[in-house]
Parts: sequence; structure tokens; C-alpha cells
Amino acid sequence: MRPILMKGHERPLTFLKYNRDGDLLFSCAKDHTPTVWFADNGERLGTYKGHNGAVWCCDVSRDSARLITGSADQTAKLWNVQTGTQLFTFNFDSPARSVDFSVGDKLAVITTDPFMELPSAIHVKCIARDPSEQTGESVLTIKGPQGRINRAVWGPLNQTLISAGEDAVVRIWDAETGKLLKESDKETSHSKAISSLSKSADGSHFLTGSLDKSAKLWDIRTLTLIKTYVTERPVNAVAISPLLDHVVIGGGQDASSVTTTDRRAGKFEAKFFHKILQEEIGGVKGHFGPINALAFNPDGRSFSSGGEDGYVRLHHFDPDYFNIKM
Amino acid sequence: MAVEGIQRPPPSNQPQSSKLRWGELEEDDGEDLDFLLPPPMVIGPDENGVKRVIEYKFKEDGSKVKITTTTRIRKLAKARLSKRALERRSWAKFGDAVREDVGSRLTMVSTEEILLERPRPPGSKAEETKVAGDALAALGKGGAVLMVCRTCGKKGDHWTSKCPFKDLAPPPEGFVDRPAAAETSAAGAAGAGKSTYVPPGMRGGGERPGQEMRRRNDENSVRVTNLSEDTREPDLLELFRTFGQVSRVYVAVDQKTGMSRGFGFVNFVNKEDAEKAINKLNGYGYDNLILRVEWATPRAN
Repeated sequence: MRPILMKGHERPLTFLKYNRDGDLLFSCAKDHTPTVWFADNGERLGTYKGHNGAVWCCDVSRDSARLITGSADQTAKLWNVQTGTQLFTFNFDSPARSVDFSVGDKLAVITTDPFMELPSAIHVKCIARDPSEQTGESVLTIKGPQGRINRAVWGPLNQTLISAGEDAVVRIWDAETGKLLKESDKETSHSKAISSLSKSADGSHFLTGSLDKSAKLWDIRTLTLIKTYVTERPVNAVAISPLLDHVVIGGGQDASSVTTTDRRAGKFEAKFFHKILQEEIGGVKGHFGPINALAFNPDGRSFSSGGEDGYVRLHHFDPDYFNIKM
Repeated sequence: MAVEGIQRPPPSNQPQSSKLRWGELEEDDGEDLDFLLPPPMVIGPDENGVKRVIEYKFKEDGSKVKITTTTRIRKLAKARLSKRALERRSWAKFGDAVREDVGSRLTMVSTEEILLERPRPPGSKAEETKVAGDALAALGKGGAVLMVCRTCGKKGDHWTSKCPFKDLAPPPEGFVDRPAAAETSAAGAAGAGKSTYVPPGMRGGGERPGQEMRRRNDENSVRVTNLSEDTREPDLLELFRTFGQVSRVYVAVDQKTGMSRGFGFVNFVNKEDAEKAINKLNGYGYDNLILRVEWATPRAN
């Protein structure tokens, strides 16, 4: 395949997200402007100007009308996807790390970092249908986990929230009361900070990637460990193929030591693993920095990766990818 | 639905060559035209799907440049888009994308063909692990494909170490990582017939105190070279344990890359075991590579 290179960001990429139809790709980076691209040819559609810090995460509503972004400028913003105008700003006292719309787009979960002696927190906000009626009040605020919460997503039927972060523990919370329902075991869980979390297309299981150089597949209801994928690099980004039984894992050595070693030694490929057999299928090279973000197109026929090098690489699979035999 | 699959040749930046050669006009002649740029033109797409966009812009030094972008529009058979996705196609650009510089080329198709690199050919894994797993059984059966004698070139009959013509063959070429002592001692043994320089301390082929000390440290130590990159210390231990008690296994690892450098050392408690291992495993096919197993310090005999 000949990937499409998109050089719209001047700083490392942090997050990538496709809309539900798979025709738009949203990219977040440490520069202050999230960008939307056409996912088939990589043409830039627009940028969302207004943040004043690194943008860590974004999510798009199911109808592709609203975008929510979380940024290090201590805000999360709602945007009109089509025009790029700001609809609302949620203000926090610490950087917003992760955002996720619930099923139905009526709620959003936003996590904030520990900052100036404030602990990290998970906030649940109501998203009004009419942006003029939007308020900034939290429906629920959960505090407790130590260290940064790198990702929080909604569980099945919006009943639970799943969070993972620097303390290497995956937690399931009751989305209504904020009670801690489940916690991953010390023995089975990751041994280092969890950097990424990604749900399967049907929402029945999810994948976590960790700096302990492994990725783990969990059941979303029971929080039982299903599979472990071991790589030889710290994992920064994970994604599950919606089409085939594949998972893709990206990462690389710490960004601070990239310049000290050979490019090959950094292991900047996106590695494909068979979801069930846990066997490596192959690697896709190209980035010259660690991979920070990965996303599969909802049709499963293309995926994109964003790297510390500031490039988004959009890969449309060759036909033989779909016939790989293990 | 036609989706633009872009295949862009590099843009041609050349001064305009139409009748009005304002790009080459002298300053005072073209003064009234200087701040005028002809409107961009779109030609095509023609029957081959080739679309040509001609744009003009100022360069930093004030000269005008004509930029011709040739694009081929392909119809992708499988592209099926929802109605709303179609609608989004025609959305107006916003933010920074509105006034995108003509030559900025934010989106490029990689010139490099990137493949999904398989770590091994499909279906080969099971075999590999089997060979590595029961080393001696495989050795006894003599894994038909891999058994090639490097001395006489005979296939499937015997290993290099057991070649009946071993003594007749010239000594194999030394590996790069062979210690320099081996070379000098060989040169010393060959006598003064060769014109290579031998340092005075090394002449005469006698026992040298330095070598003596080294040998004592590496007692019963076996050097294994031509290891595959994936071989780790536990693998070596598994392989050599069958010959006797092993006191130390070491695989040389590149400090920066963390990759195996392809050689290692195994120390045996008993010298006989070490000798047995050398006899058995020298020339043994392990992980698709032919192992070379020898005494860590070259022996005087």
C-alpha cells in the first residue's frame, strides 16, 4: 500500500478518531488546532481554532455534527463539525486528558489530570441538544485513582464507565452513582502505566496498551483478562479492527531517547496481532518517531496512525491483507 | 460516486510561457500588472480522468510563479458512501483549510510502497519451534533439509563436524569477531615463511603469559557463533543443557538496540561435556542458521 501522508500538525499527534460513517478523520496534536480530514484521500476539510494548549483527545457524535475536544489549556470544547465554530467551553482547574461521548450523545465523560495538588477526576457532563442551553455543570464527578487517568470511556448501555491510567489499574465505575464496581487484579493487570484504551466495534470488549510493552484484551462487563499481546516496545496506542480478528498496536521507545539510537532500534512500526491467536501478523513501517495514535476506519479497510513526528499516515489496505492466513 | 483518488506528479513550477510572459517582463514594464494574479483555471477532467489546475502565486522574492497541478481522478469501485457522507463531501472548508497555501502540499501520497511485513512466512512457526524444542532428537534424525556439509558440500548425509574429509579441507575462514590472538598465533605457528609482521613477544609460538591467564578464566567455555537474533540465553541453555551441567550462559547483546549480536558463550562444569557439545553442535542447524561451536579460547593444539 501507498500510505497518504498528512502533514497538518506542527507538533506530535496525540489522538485520531474516525466518525461513524468513516468518511471523516479527526486528528489532535500538541499544537492547538484539531483538524478534520477526508478519510479517503486525506484532503484537509478544516481546523478547529480556539484551544490554547495541546489537545489530548476528541470524540465525534454519531451524527457527525458535534465534536468534543479535551485540551491541556484546562478546557474541553464543543464544536460544530461542519463550520468549525465553538459551541461551548467546559472549564476545569486542570488539563483535560480524555473525552468520550456516551451512546446517544447525551452525556460526555471528561477526565482531568492531577494538577496543583488537585487529584485527577472523571467528570460526566450533560450534552444539550441545543448548544445555547448547554451548561457546564457536572452530573457526576469521580475522584480516587492515583495519578493521571489517561482514558475513560463509556461501558455498555451507558451504565458503566471504564477508566485506566498511570496507576496501571483498569477500573469500572457505576455511571450513575460513581461507585467503584470492579478493579483489575494486580496479577493480571499491567505492570506500568496504561497509555491507551480502545473499545471493540460492538463494545463487548476493549484493549488497553501499556508502557510495560504489552496490550491486554478485557471483557467490558466482567473485566476478565481475555488475551495478552506482548511486544518489545512501550505501547502508546491500540486499536481493534472492526472487520477482521486483528488488533493493531503502536508505540516505540520513549520520545526523549529517539535521537540517540538508530531508527530501526526505535521500533516505530504499527504491529498487527491476531486477536485470538495472539500471534504477530506483521508490521507497518513508516513513522520516524513513536506512534502516539491509531484508529481503524469503521469499515475496517483502512487505518491511520499518528506519530511523534507530526505526520498522520493513512493506510488503505491492499487486497491481500484481507486474505492473510495464519 | 466518484471519489478522488489522487496521484500527483510533482508540481511543475515554471514561469508562465503563454503570450503574456509577465514572469519574464522587466520590472518597469510590468508595473501595472505586478499586483494582479490571473485567476486559477481548472481544465478537465478529460476522458482519462486527468484534471489540470493552474494557479498563480507570488514567490518570496516577488516574482510570479505558475503552478500546474495535474491530478488523475479515479473511480474506486468499492467506495460506497452514505448519503450524509456524500453531503459532507461538498462541505465548505473552514479554519486554516480555507486559505491553504497553493504549494503547501499538506497531503501527499507516499512515494514509498509500504508492505505489511510478516515476521515469518505463514505456517512456518510450528516447525521452527519443534526443531528448537527437542534438539537432540532432531539432531539424530538429521532434519533432512538443513543438513548440508560445508566441507564437502554433500547434502543430507552428515554434518560438517562429522565430515570424513574434514582433515583434508582447508580451515574455515575466521569470523569477524574472532579474537586477534587467534590470528597471531596462527601466523606464529606458520613460521617465518610468511612475510606478515609478528610482534617480538608473539614470536616462537611459545606459551604467552597473557593467553595463559585468559584461558584460566574461560575454563571449559564454549563459544557459539552465528546465532539468530531471536536466540536468548534460555534458548541456549536449553540447547546445551542436554550435554551436561552448564555453569554460565551468555548471549552478547547490543547495548543500544537490545538485539542479540549473534554470538554467545556457554561454560560447562566438566570439560568432557563441553567437548561433547562442540562435537555435536558445531555445524548444527538452529533457527535456520548453522551454528559454529568451538572453544572460547583457541587451543594450542
